[in-house]
Amino acid sequence: MFDELSARFEDAVKGLRGENKISEDNVDIALKQVRRALLEADVSLSVVKQFVQEVRDKAIGAEVVRGVNPGQKFIEVVHQELVEVMGGANSPLADSTKKPSVILMAGLQGAGKTTAAAKLGLYLKDKGLKPLMVAADVYRPAAIDQLNTLGKQINVEVFSLGKESKPEDIAASGLKKAQEEDFDTLIVDTAGRLQIDEEMMNEMVRIRSAVDPDEVLLVVDSMIGQEAADLTRAFHEKVGITGAVLTKLDGDSRGGAALSIRKVSGQPIKFIGTGEKVEALQPFHPERMAGRILGMGDVLTLVEKA
Amino acid sequence: EKTRKGFVTDLLDKFGDDPLTPETLDELETLLLRSDVGVDATDQIINALRKRLNEEVLDSKEGLRFLKEQLCKIVDQPIKNSGKTLLMPSENSLNIWLIVGVNGVGKTTTLGKLANLALRSGFSALIAAADTFRAAAVEQVKVWGERSGVSVVANETPNADPAAIVFDAIGAAKSKKIELLLVDTAGRLQTKNNLMEELTKVRKIIDRLAPEANVESLLVLDATQGQNGLSQAMSFAKSANLTGVVITKLDGSARGGVAFAVSSQTNLPIRFIGAGEGIRDLRPFNSFEFVEALLADS
Ligand SMILES: Nc1nc2c(ncn2[C@@H]2O[C@H](COP(=O)(O)OP(=O)(O)OP(=O)(O)O)[C@@H](O)[C@H]2O)c(=O)[nH]1
Ligand SMILES: Nc1nc2c(ncn2[C@@H]2O[C@H](COP(=O)(O)OP(=O)(O)OP(=O)(O)O)[C@@H](O)[C@H]2O)c(=O)[nH]1
Ligand SMILES: [Mg+2]
Ligand SMILES: [Mg+2]
Repeated sequence: MFDELSARFEDAVKGLRGENKISEDNVDIALKQVRRALLEADVSLSVVKQFVQEVRDKAIGAEVVRGVNPGQKFIEVVHQELVEVMGGANSPLADSTKKPSVILMAGLQGAGKTTAAAKLGLYLKDKGLKPLMVAADVYRPAAIDQLNTLGKQINVEVFSLGKESKPEDIAASGLKKAQEEDFDTLIVDTAGRLQIDEEMMNEMVRIRSAVDPDEVLLVVDSMIGQEAADLTRAFHEKVGITGAVLTKLDGDSRGGAALSIRKVSGQPIKFIGTGEKVEALQPFHPERMAGRILGMGDVLTLVEKA
Repeated sequence: EKTRKGFVTDLLDKFGDDPLTPETLDELETLLLRSDVGVDATDQIINALRKRLNEEVLDSKEGLRFLKEQLCKIVDQPIKNSGKTLLMPSENSLNIWLIVGVNGVGKTTTLGKLANLALRSGFSALIAAADTFRAAAVEQVKVWGERSGVSVVANETPNADPAAIVFDAIGAAKSKKIELLLVDTAGRLQTKNNLMEELTKVRKIIDRLAPEANVESLLVLDATQGQNGLSQAMSFAKSANLTGVVITKLDGSARGGVAFAVSSQTNLPIRFIGAGEGIRDLRPFNSFEFVEALLADS
């Protein structure tokens, strides 16, 4: 699959070969390939359109220096723009002045929230902090057991009130406990919900009010398709996200959602999930993600070939 | 850009009897792309419509009807090829349905719903909890067993051998003359060779221990997923000898358009759709309904 995509870009730059500059006349064929590649990588269509327009504007104006052909320049512009849109450098977790700081997990069903909560728990613990995880999913069968099991694995305490209490009350009680017992960070796991489920989205808002989080992390499955844009928009408008975790990147999905999430919300992807195990959490690197979305491990080789 | 909301209604209101224009074709293309149909499949479908337009003038209504027919044909073909319009266990014999797929797509939930459906339809059923990896996977499937009134064969030891559980469950199913054995498996990404091999092993155990059984190997596909769904179907088809597909989470706004690529490229029939987290939120697949929903307003 990756080869096919590299080939697509080779086609794209072939159109520019022999030309001495990127112009209105020759850029469109190349852009068509970019559009196609992004759609195949599951970047949301509205985001693809904006992105292609921006690349077009930048590419046409781009100065082609001696020794670099327009094809090489074009790929460079696409790649740079991707990296830039995705936030340039990695963004760490928010520095909080209050103690405990609060992280709220949110997202669709099965995205990887509970797993990511435990991964963050371990990550913070390894930094010498004392996190508390809160089981505020009262719907999914055995959701509390799942968080408890993971808590034991990483040696991080889990607070729960069973599944008869309201999630916002569980979250509030968890916060109280954390304040009283000197925890550094509160990680609130919540039930999966569809962004079109008004009742569940309202519940999310109530949970948010109950704990006043420093971070609201939208957890998104990297295999997600066109939904990424609508999903992000809805969660951001309603709950206000501060960042995202992109999961299941240990597979072969191209992860175009990374671009959609950032473009729609303006918020950075902070971490990526690269496995089922609690250790499989990594900081997000826009540069690497750009290569992945374009289907080329190493952009430079492609630039050299162009 | 036009949002999908109201596009088809708008189209029919505004242009119902007017000839279909290239601009409208572009908007239909947008609609398909936004439903995760994918670039290649969308090209094929829109080109067929374009070709048809070259032959005769179509108004929007006719154009839309032609489009729907094309889409229905794609998902109906594998069902036709399978010779079974509806997937049901055979009575008075052992049926084994293996539920597979990547992580978090809804395998365990679908299995719970199927157990309930089987019982409601008068079949005896048993569940094999062969996900021994995920935290609390066994507890989760046990809740579904309770909800549907179906017993669960499990081994609480973390990372117990899934093949051994399936072995035990087949033994239990035979001695109790169970008609439908449902096997829950751990989620796995199709790129993990060792996990895919583990699945092949489970599939082989089933074939070896119950050669007389009617085996269905069902891939659960999440409607929110994009183009990776095709790669999933191809890989699982190889490792688990797939016989069909279940599409879940269709109660959301995702349309599951990747199913068209899956149907046309793997010849796997779609058997059920999941549309909710409740025990009854499972329906037999219906191409007409699926295509209507794909193009419906949101
Ligand atoms: N391969 C892989 N699997 C993951 C990753 N993150 C989570 N998973 C798996 O994805 C599945 C769903 O993860 P959960 O953490 O239960 O997801 P959730 O969002 O809490 O799900 P709900 O609470 O039901 O909405 C599980 O099988 C996890 O093991 C990842 O980065 N890579
Ligand atoms: N909205 C909606 N949610 C669903 C549907 N099917 C399953 N879910 C939810 O999706 C999440 C994951 O479902 P599971 O059944 O645990 O998925 P799985 O494939 O068994 O997950 P792993 O075993 O971790 O790989 C749960 O929160 C389910 O309630 C559906 O049709 N609609
Ligand atoms: Mg969860
Ligand atoms: Mg499961």
